[in-house]
Amino acid sequence: MIPAAFEYYRPKDMAGVLSLLEEHGDDARVMAGGHSLIPMMKLRMADVPHLIDLQDVGGMSEISVGADGIRIGAMVTQSDIIDHEALAAAAPILREAALQIADPQVRYMGTVGGNVANGDPGNDMPGLMQCLDATFTLVGADGSRDVPARDFYEAAYMTAREDDEVLTAVSLAAPTGGYAYEKQKRKIGDYATAAAAVQITREGDTCTSASIAMTNLSDTPIFSEAAGAALVGTALDDGALTAASAAMLGDIDPTEDNRGPVAFKRHVAGVILRRAIERAWSRA
Amino acid sequence: MKDEITREERVDNLKGMGCSRKRVEDARFTQGKGNYVDDLKLDGMLFGDFVRTPYAHARIVSINTEEALKVPGVLAVLTAADLEPLGLHWMPTLAGDKQMVLADGKVLFQGQEVAFVVAEDRFAAADGIELVEVEYEELPVIVDPFEALQSDVVLREDLVAEDGSIPDGAHGPRKHPNHIFTWEAGDKEPTEQVINEAEVVAEESMYYHRTHPCPLETCGCVASMDKVNGKLTLWGTFQAPHAIRTVVSLISGIEEHNIRVISPDIGGGFGNKVGAYPGYVCSVVASIVTGKPVKWIEDRMDNLMTTAFARDYHMTGKIAATKEGKITGLQCHVTADHGGFDACADPTKFPAGFMNICTGSYDIPTAFLEVDGVYTNKAPGGVSYRCSFRVTEAVYFIERMIEVLAIKLNMDAAELRRINFIRKEQFPYTAALGWEYDSGDYHTAWDKALKAVDYDGLRAEQAQRVEAFKAGKTRKLMGIGLSFFTEIVGAGPVKNCDILGLGMFDSCEIRIHPTGSAIARLGTISQGQGHATTFAQILASEIGLPADSITIEEGDTDTAPYGLGTYGSRSTPVAGAATAMAGRKIRAKAQMIAAYLLEVHDNDVEFDVDRFVVKGAPEQFKTMKEIAFAAYNQAIPGIEPGLEAVSYYDPPNMTYPFGAYVCVMDIDVDTGVPEIRRFYALDDCGTRINPMIIEGQVHGGLTEALAVALGQEIAYDDMGNCKTGTLMDFFLPTAWEVPNYETDFTVTPSPHHPIGAKGVGESPHVGGVPCFSNAVQDAFRPFGNTHTNMPHDHWRIWKTANDLGLHG
Repeated sequence: MIPAAFEYYRPKDMAGVLSLLEEHGDDARVMAGGHSLIPMMKLRMADVPHLIDLQDVGGMSEISVGADGIRIGAMVTQSDIIDHEALAAAAPILREAALQIADPQVRYMGTVGGNVANGDPGNDMPGLMQCLDATFTLVGADGSRDVPARDFYEAAYMTAREDDEVLTAVSLAAPTGGYAYEKQKRKIGDYATAAAAVQITREGDTCTSASIAMTNLSDTPIFSEAAGAALVGTALDDGALTAASAAMLGDIDPTEDNRGPVAFKRHVAGVILRRAIERAWSRA
Repeated sequence: MKDEITREERVDNLKGMGCSRKRVEDARFTQGKGNYVDDLKLDGMLFGDFVRTPYAHARIVSINTEEALKVPGVLAVLTAADLEPLGLHWMPTLAGDKQMVLADGKVLFQGQEVAFVVAEDRFAAADGIELVEVEYEELPVIVDPFEALQSDVVLREDLVAEDGSIPDGAHGPRKHPNHIFTWEAGDKEPTEQVINEAEVVAEESMYYHRTHPCPLETCGCVASMDKVNGKLTLWGTFQAPHAIRTVVSLISGIEEHNIRVISPDIGGGFGNKVGAYPGYVCSVVASIVTGKPVKWIEDRMDNLMTTAFARDYHMTGKIAATKEGKITGLQCHVTADHGGFDACADPTKFPAGFMNICTGSYDIPTAFLEVDGVYTNKAPGGVSYRCSFRVTEAVYFIERMIEVLAIKLNMDAAELRRINFIRKEQFPYTAALGWEYDSGDYHTAWDKALKAVDYDGLRAEQAQRVEAFKAGKTRKLMGIGLSFFTEIVGAGPVKNCDILGLGMFDSCEIRIHPTGSAIARLGTISQGQGHATTFAQILASEIGLPADSITIEEGDTDTAPYGLGTYGSRSTPVAGAATAMAGRKIRAKAQMIAAYLLEVHDNDVEFDVDRFVVKGAPEQFKTMKEIAFAAYNQAIPGIEPGLEAVSYYDPPNMTYPFGAYVCVMDIDVDTGVPEIRRFYALDDCGTRINPMIIEGQVHGGLTEALAVALGQEIAYDDMGNCKTGTLMDFFLPTAWEVPNYETDFTVTPSPHHPIGAKGVGESPHVGGVPCFSNAVQDAFRPFGNTHTNMPHDHWRIWKTANDLGLHG
């Protein structure tokens, strides 16, 4: 469990980061909390000759909650998310999800930016950000650009981020209505067997909007537009729940692993989604 | 002289047996001041690590070390060719087989050691490993022992004669090149007859999956050969340091007095650290070659994938009974998957350990057991993970067979146990498979347990739950897991227990210092059990000096008396007995000194807590502290100066701890997630030395039982790839997954042990595994479930529900 030799950099500003990325191209990787990248390097599954630590860059550890929306710096930790009262009031699903990520020790180090940028299908934040229709800010040599979370993920560990770009912030509009992040896992610290992020609004007994994303059930997070659409205009009766579940199952593509075979995962995905919808509805 | 304190206060001051004395080890452990083998740093120390095969079965075509040797800091790369001139490319196993130290022409399991890279530090070694080029020619892989016994693929060509015949193994005839042994206990034909003629017979096949002890600290060592004085010092994670010294001497040719083995603090063993591993041999050779100390430390993946696994028993049983439920006979066949080499850690005469305790706690008049050991392309091992030798397998088997029989009889499983228990008055009880149980009172323990949990109330609640489930009002089922176990620990009597010819006695040597404190050294070695606390308590009660004034030292073969180490819950039954016996020798001499000092006859003084008093005149006494001083400053006629004793204890029998466990579990049928609502554990380990340590042991053993029952496994794919080589997939429960445990006890002392103690470290694991498993199985019993295999992880529980049609 010893990584191959690498150069370690700790630049003081983003300009320093970008010049290192320009110099070393895809031989360089930036590191936020390091809780995904370092294990991969120790297993020698990730070859990173030039490791750029973002800890000293600054300006990426703020959480702002305002009338124009929510902005979360890339270096904000899962622990920060949990502790931030204004954020929890504005977007309570973030705290509910963060509390289900790993364990406290990991949450003190693991960051939102690292979690969403790495492209690991097991990470919880990518699906959550798709559910919330968040936008990722990428900074590169040519300036910055915004990419919707729903367009960011291409395949496992493959994203819309270019090798010379750094994901610096996550922005989203404060969600409205009810919410739930439901996750089944084998133990603390495990990736999800299946997880569902749900935001839902209602007028009276009618669902007016629903946003649904699933985690660790494909090689990317799955924003299931059809599942949400199946709920809108319904009273969330059993038929609507069944339709939403069927739509979601049409979008996911789980693979067998030690958590279980595909049939099990698909069944559990349906159960977890149904529970998430019911909890979100009860809070809406 | 008037005594200033009461007798009770004198007893309390000793902190002797029965006292929940705080663990003296914990001051350093809780402050990060433990001294583990990886903490050892010696001048000029090198680091060695292995090139391991990614293939489970392959021929080695070539090994090229050229590029690796160019890495700055890499000093040497050892291969089998380098070890062969020393005769060290293979080593003997504890099971009478031999094992490759480094791959000799082929590899037999994924992760097997192929070459040993020696470097100035572990970072250079890791880089060197990457650059050793090994060319493999893949061979067909066999991971199923039943397939192995049919296959033309020979895994161990070294065990087939040139004419194709199959020589006998260490345990008798072999019937196939991939067959290791057949071991039998009991009477075959009478058992078959009983089963054929029985009113009721229940049959079941069950697989007790492969798992791993996974101690927090992995295995490792530091070997240091002093070429000037010819002495080898070997520090390591050894559960049996003396046995390691003898093995190293036998295979290296270094005289035993020139070898010093030291086990420093050990971070858990659970059986994983009993055997000898290639890393030890390679470190010793590398130190001899370089003249420098060489360290080898496993990483987590090395530990899980290559050092000793546990279980992997395919068990088939038949249990015969009358219509009323009185058991008349039991038959068990085991196909035991031992992996690529037979490196099980069992007493020599017991290649399947004490599997023949599989009649359990029941008065079963006729029984037969047959075990076939088989080679496959999996890692070697077969150690007893937190249990005495294969006792967890045996107890799981009988506790499942009882449940299966209860289903067949449509009887309550608690009642079925009750009517078949060995009765109190039957002890000592000789079981059908040969063991003589020393003592027990099973009915009392069982009744106490069932009452404590309100068993009848639980069954009523369960029935209501089933109705609610059937009515669509809940999706959760309720399981009540029962288990009653009898352990067999304290190996063991030298007449039938040895390892590599070394009798399984143990030892204690005591020196009382002039000022009334003491040091005691034992042949065992604590890995977290708290020996420094509890053995001092035994001595405190035996010799009347405070436990706080007694140092316990273990693990250094240059100072400790010879012993066979710590595993199989043997430390208290064997070394604990030696401690008491050595203490009694001290007391016998102290009595003579006291009598001299008090100017009375030896027989006119008697021991009283911390002193000898003149019979009938308790105001005349000499404290043990005074006697200790006198032993060093008085010329006493006929008595040698000093106050020391040594005892080597050969136990007359095993000890047989037992217990009654109940688990209440709720199961989410749709997700397969189990939730443990309640766990009650009653243990009878005989005399209780330290109740707090017992409770800690029970908590730990139950937690490892929960792990094994609910998800912990070493799994392979068809290519022999280990699928569970990290803690992401190998289930190690945290505080989050662990329920609250309720502990309870009865006390039935061992009649043959000097203090009546039986050992407890492994009981909760042995009893816990079937209890958790039975809870899962019981939840599905109303829907037609008879048996499903562990581990009961989410998807397997879900599959059980699915197979029973519970998902609509």
